[in-house]
Amino acid sequence: MELDLKKLELRNVNDKLQNLDRKTNERDFTIINPEGNHAICAGLDKEMNVTIKGHVGYYCAGMNKKATITIEGNVGTGVAENMMSGKVHVKGNASQSAGATAHGGLLIIDGDASSRCGISMKGADIIVKGSVGHMSGFMSQSGNLIVCGDAGEALGDSLYETNIYIKGNVKSLGADCVEKKMDKKHINKLRKFLKDAEIKNHKAESFKRYGSARKLYNFKIDNNY
Amino acid sequence: MCGIVGIYLKNEKLKNSLGSLLSKMLINMGSRGPDSAGFAIYKKEEEEKFKYSICINELNFKDFEERINKHLEAELKKNSDHVILKTSLKPEVMLTILKNHFQDVALVGYGKSIEIFKQVGDPSEVVKKFKLDDYSGSHAIGHTRMATESAITTDGSHPYSTGEDECLVHNGSLSNHNNLRRKLKKDGVNFDSENDTEVAAGYISNNLSNKKNLKETLKDSLKDLDGFYTFITGTKDGFAVLRDEIACKPAVIAETDDYVAIASEFQAMAHLPEVNNAKIFEPEPGVVYSWGN
Repeated sequence: MELDLKKLELRNVNDKLQNLDRKTNERDFTIINPEGNHAICAGLDKEMNVTIKGHVGYYCAGMNKKATITIEGNVGTGVAENMMSGKVHVKGNASQSAGATAHGGLLIIDGDASSRCGISMKGADIIVKGSVGHMSGFMSQSGNLIVCGDAGEALGDSLYETNIYIKGNVKSLGADCVEKKMDKKHINKLRKFLKDAEIKNHKAESFKRYGSARKLYNFKIDNNY
Repeated sequence: MCGIVGIYLKNEKLKNSLGSLLSKMLINMGSRGPDSAGFAIYKKEEEEKFKYSICINELNFKDFEERINKHLEAELKKNSDHVILKTSLKPEVMLTILKNHFQDVALVGYGKSIEIFKQVGDPSEVVKKFKLDDYSGSHAIGHTRMATESAITTDGSHPYSTGEDECLVHNGSLSNHNNLRRKLKKDGVNFDSENDTEVAAGYISNNLSNKKNLKETLKDSLKDLDGFYTFITGTKDGFAVLRDEIACKPAVIAETDDYVAIASEFQAMAHLPEVNNAKIFEPEPGVVYSWGN
């Protein structure tokens, strides 16, 4: 079913997708003319496929649960923020705070993501085929952040237990973030992620792994931060 | 919050629609700034005269005209509560006349091509009032304000003039503006409001008058201005953009063969011609971008 945001109110489109008519079996939707609107497809909680044709604004696919949402364009701040499950695929670039606080699900960004990608993520998996900006993975707690390009300043600042895999250069590491050894199990896990995201031009072995040195977990009088 | 917008035309064919393109951008950004709006529009004139953009507020235009005629020879064009005064008098002379005899009006900008209009009220009302749709030109920048630092007044509205044919719009807030204002006052810079952006404008114009170029000045502001900001500075030939290094304040740029546009959010540019085929990117933190300069 095609939903035209030039003709329909955004609120009505979201309402329709959030309250699927159980009497019909319609589970495939295309949204046209998004024109940078905010909060498109926020709060979907059923299995369905939505394709958005064009650029969107803030918080697209926020709080997503179970739905598969593809954006054929760029996304604004906070795409898939607080996602619980499901899949969000951005075919263009993402603005700041992509996948912020996301608990689960998979976020794939074909282009670049700007600053604070995966900030405070709590278990989601984020794959960025391009590069990420500064303070990505800030205070992230669980999950995987995989970047095929470069990372900006202060990567993984104050992070807890997220695994960060970077293929390219890291401008600088944030407080308590260190490079860690790539064991066989990490390579196997990463290989699966790359395969699922259909990334063929990067080998899992060529990535570096970063994680928490766990020195900020407890208060230490010697910490001079 | 606040919304900022700008458009620079690469293709002259679009020059007659500059006003209407900018006006839709401003109206859309009303969601980020409903308190006041303003814009600077650049149009090169045939004759080598100076244009002074003056806000006369409650003043009667006829009275103002009579008073002006006593002091100088000028051509006046009224646009709502603003007047564009065209004269061959140079800024140093004109600014003194205004200071000595016209304390009840506000000079909002001056130069050979710039015209500035700004006023309190909903952006859609403001652009209608100044008939922005009818304007043509080479480039323009604009602002919609959500007041935080200081009161909702014309003085507190953007753009701020930073010198001849130069102006500034700002999304963000500066935390060291009181210190900096004190310092700049010692250097002889005048301020009309308590607004933080006016301090940034004063800082930029002071640096420029000390023979620093715009790129250097903007680079220096990274170390001298403390706070959050995305700046657009309009110049005679184009505009420049700078985001602070934390980059919390948004900006998106869309570039095609015909124009470069910038806005706080993409939705403000969704109506621009061929925008879906434009090169769209976010300016990197701490990097000065400029067009036409």
